[in-house]
Amino acid sequence: MAKLPTSVENIIDKHGPHKNFTPVDGYKGTHEPDALVKTHCCFCGMQCGIQLKVKENKVVGFEPWMEFPFNEGRLCPKGVQRYLQNNHPDRILSPLQRVEGKGFEPIGWDAAMDRTVNEIKRIQRDYGNDAFGMLSGVSLTNEKSYMVGKFARVALKTANLDYNGRLCMVSAGAGNKKAFGLDRISNNWSDLKHAEVIIIAGTNISETFPTLTHYIWQARDNGAKLIVVDPRVTPIARTADLHLPIKPGTDSALFGMILKILADNDWLDHDFIDNHTSGFEEALDAVKDYDLDWAQETTGINKDLILQAATLWGKASTSFLLHARGIEHHTKGVDNVVSCINIVLATGRIGRPYCGYGTITGQGNGQGGREHGHKCDQLPGNRDITNPEHRKYIADVWGIDEKDMPGKGLSAYELIEAIHRGEIKGLITICFNPLVSLPNNNFVREALEKLEYYVAIDFFLNETARHADVIMAGSLHEEEEGTVTTAEGRVVKINAAVTPPDNARRDGDIIMELAHRLGAGDKFNFENSEAIFNELRVASKGGTADYYGITYEKIVNNMGIFWPCPSLDHPGTPRLWEDKKFRTPDGKAHFNAAPFRPSSEVVDKEYPVVLTTGRVVSQYLSGTQTRRIGKLVDQYPEPLLEIHPKLAYQYGIKERELVKVITRRGEALFPAQLVETIREDTVFIPYHWGGVHSANQLTIGTLDPVSKIPEFKVCACKLDPTGKLAPHPSESNAYQSN
Amino acid sequence: MPNTKYDQQMEFFVDMQRCIGCHACEMACAECETNGQESMIHIHYVDRAVTTQTTVQVCMHCEDPACANVCPADAISKDDFGVVHTANTARCIGCSNCVLACPFGVPQKNEAAELMMKCNMCYDRTSAGKKPMCATVCPTQALFYGTREEIQKMRPNSTPVNKFFFGMQEVNTKVNIMMPKGSTHLKVH
Repeated sequence: MAKLPTSVENIIDKHGPHKNFTPVDGYKGTHEPDALVKTHCCFCGMQCGIQLKVKENKVVGFEPWMEFPFNEGRLCPKGVQRYLQNNHPDRILSPLQRVEGKGFEPIGWDAAMDRTVNEIKRIQRDYGNDAFGMLSGVSLTNEKSYMVGKFARVALKTANLDYNGRLCMVSAGAGNKKAFGLDRISNNWSDLKHAEVIIIAGTNISETFPTLTHYIWQARDNGAKLIVVDPRVTPIARTADLHLPIKPGTDSALFGMILKILADNDWLDHDFIDNHTSGFEEALDAVKDYDLDWAQETTGINKDLILQAATLWGKASTSFLLHARGIEHHTKGVDNVVSCINIVLATGRIGRPYCGYGTITGQGNGQGGREHGHKCDQLPGNRDITNPEHRKYIADVWGIDEKDMPGKGLSAYELIEAIHRGEIKGLITICFNPLVSLPNNNFVREALEKLEYYVAIDFFLNETARHADVIMAGSLHEEEEGTVTTAEGRVVKINAAVTPPDNARRDGDIIMELAHRLGAGDKFNFENSEAIFNELRVASKGGTADYYGITYEKIVNNMGIFWPCPSLDHPGTPRLWEDKKFRTPDGKAHFNAAPFRPSSEVVDKEYPVVLTTGRVVSQYLSGTQTRRIGKLVDQYPEPLLEIHPKLAYQYGIKERELVKVITRRGEALFPAQLVETIREDTVFIPYHWGGVHSANQLTIGTLDPVSKIPEFKVCACKLDPTGKLAPHPSESNAYQSN
Repeated sequence: MPNTKYDQQMEFFVDMQRCIGCHACEMACAECETNGQESMIHIHYVDRAVTTQTTVQVCMHCEDPACANVCPADAISKDDFGVVHTANTARCIGCSNCVLACPFGVPQKNEAAELMMKCNMCYDRTSAGKKPMCATVCPTQALFYGTREEIQKMRPNSTPVNKFFFGMQEVNTKVNIMMPKGSTHLKVH
C-alpha cells in the first residue's frame, strides 16, 4: 500500500518542506561554538572544505576552511547555507508509519524493524528474492555506499539494487571504461590552470559547480581560450571566447565533425595514436562523410564557429576537455562521451601536465559512490558482478559462497518499470527521491502505488517517501563519519559534527540492524566507519578503483588522497596515464566509433519545440535538502520556462504568463521567462521541484542502451499559453511540491 | 578601536565579468552578527532578458565619502585606514540623506530599524587578519581581497581602477573594480 495516506496538503503541513531561516540574531552560541569541525559540503562533487560551528550538539553556523586546497574557503550559496539543514523543523526524529486517513505517526524502532523484516520475508517467500528491490544514492559516503551494496547482496539477497548515479554519471563511466578501462577524471583540477584551450560541453559550471569556475578563470588569466558548448548562454558561457549554442541531442555530431577537421588538417599526435591507442581508423571512418554544412545543419551551430573551435583545439599544445550531464543525459550518452574522448586521444593530450579530460561528477560522492558496489552491475573496486573472478574475490572478502551472490540486476528506471509491471513488490530506498528525479514521473508514481511494501530511510520526508509504509529516521551528512571521493578523484574525510537528534539513527546503524535481523549479522559487525572503510580497502584491492593504500590517517595528513592508491607507501595518483599504461585489456586507449544518430524523440508538427532540463545555482538535485533552506528557496522560488522572445512571439507568450507545456508523458504549467540566452528552438525548465511543478512529468524515460541513463536533456513538447499571468511565487509555493 | 592586525596593503577588488550571480556573497555577508541576517552586498541582473550578466553593488569606501559629508548627525565616519563605517546606531536619525547622496547607490535604510546600513569591510574579520566574508566565499573570486601586487600578477589582462567620474565630479575609492588592461578610470556619465 504505497499510496499517500492523506492529502498532500496535510502531509506538507506536518512534514514540509518548510523554509528554515537563521534567526535574525543568529543561533545561540554561534560566536562561542563548542567546536569547529572540519568537514566538507554535503552537496556537489567539488566537496568544498568547510568548518561547521557546533554548539550543544547542534550545527549553528559555518566558518570558511581556508587551508583545504581545492576551495581555500570559497563556497557557493548552497555551501554557505548548508548548515541550515541541521536544526530543521522538518527533521524526522523517530521512525514513522503510514496510517490510512491520518498520515504518518511515530512508532518505535523495534516495530519499524519487525514490520520491515517481516514484509521483506513475506514478499521474498511469495515472489522470490528479487521481488524486493533497493534504491540507493551517492550523497552517501563511500562506507555507506559499500555497505548498501553488501547489504543488498548478502542480507537482502536481491539482484535488484541500483542507485541515483544512474541519473548522473553512468554514461561517462561507461564511456571512460570503453576508452581507458577505468572510470575517473584523468587529472586533478590544478591541471586546468595552464591549459591553453578548455572545452566545456554540456556543463553549467557556474551554477552546478560554482567553485570550479575559479580554476577556469585562473587558466584564462594565463591566456587560455575557453570554448563552451551549451544551448544556453550560461554564466560561464557569457564571457567565453567561443560559445557554441548547440541544438540539444547533437553533441556527437559536433565532436565527430571536430575529429574530422583534426584529421583533415593533420592536427594529430601520430606517435601517441600509433603507440598508445587502438581504433583510430574506425572512429575516423564513422565521420568520414561529415562536412561543415552538414554539421551546421545538424547541430544548429554556425560552421565558422565549429571550425574556429576545431582550430583552437587542433593547434593547442595543452588542453582540458570537461563535460557533464548536458551531453550524458541522452539515449546516446555513451556515444557523446566517447566522441569527446576521441578528440582528446587524437591530439594525444592526456597523461601530461595541463593536458586533461574528464566528466565533472555531479553528486557529492558521485565518484566514490559509483565505485564500490551499489550499482546493479558492479562490485567494490569498480568490479564487474558478471565476472567470475571478480565475484569470487568479493565473495571471499564477504565470507560468502560465490554461488549465493545475486547476479546483475535492473538499473534504476528499469527497476521502476518492473515495479509497474508487478514484478517487484517491495522496495527499500535510501538517499534517492525518484518521484522528483526520474523522468516521466507520473509513471513513477503509478509504480510506487503498486508496491505492497515500501520502506524509506531518510532524514526528511521527501516526495517519494510520502508514499512509504514505514520511514526510518536516518542521519544527515554531519552526523556520521566517513569518506567521500571528489570529482577529481580525491578521497576526503567527512567528520561527524553532531549525533542524530532524538530517536533518529545513523544510516549505518540502521542498515546493520536490518542485516542482523535478516540473519546476516555476522557479516555486519562493524565497530565504526573506519572498520567499514578498512573492509572496503581490501574489497577494492586489485580493482581499477583501488583504495587499499588509503587510510583515514593518510587522508587527514594529506588533505585527501587521489586513487588509485594500491599500497600503504603509495602517495596516490593526482594525474592518471603518465605511464601510458591504460587499463583496457590491450593496455591501449581506445578510440570508439560514434556515428551520429537522432535522439529518441525528435520534434514534429504536433510537438514542435525541443525541451531540455537542468539546474539552478541555489538548488541541488531533487531539492530534499535545498527546498527546505529559506534563502535558497527564495533565490529561485519556482521553476520557470526559459523561452527565447522570438519563439514566445510566435505563441504570443508574455513575460510571466503561465504556459502549459505538453509532452506525450504529461503536462504542467510554468511561468514564462523571456530570455535571449537560449536557442530559439528550445525551451528550458529546471527540475528540482516535485508535484504539479515538476519538469520530470514531461521528460522521457528512454534509456541509453549501454549506460541505461534516461534522456532528460531532450524531448519534444508543445506550448499552450493560458493568457493568465502566473501568481506570485509566494502563492504557488512550488518548493513544497504540492 | 583595536586593529593591530589590519593590513593596509590589503585591498578589495571587484571583477564584474567573473560574477556568476550566485549570491554566495550576500548569504555569507548576512551571517555577520552585526547585520541581523541582512546582506550589505547586493547582486543584480543587469538585464536578464538579454544577458546573464550580473553586477555587484557594495560600498566603495570613498576617499571623500558623500554619505558621511551629507549626514546631519555625524553618524558616518571614515577611519584612519579608509574604511567608511556603517551609521553609528546611537547617532543615526534615519533621514536617508546618505541613501540619496551616494553616487554608487549603496547605503540602504533599514526601515524596521530606522537605521542606515552598509558594508564596513567586515571590520571584525579584516582587523583580525582575515578576509571579508564575501571575498572569502566568492567562488569565482569576482570579489578578491589581497594586495595590488598580487592581483596584478594573477590577472595580467585587467587593471584595477578606483577613479570614477560622475559628470565633472571625480570620486576616488578604496575599493577597486577590474577593467580592461590599461584603463585608468571609469566615466559613469
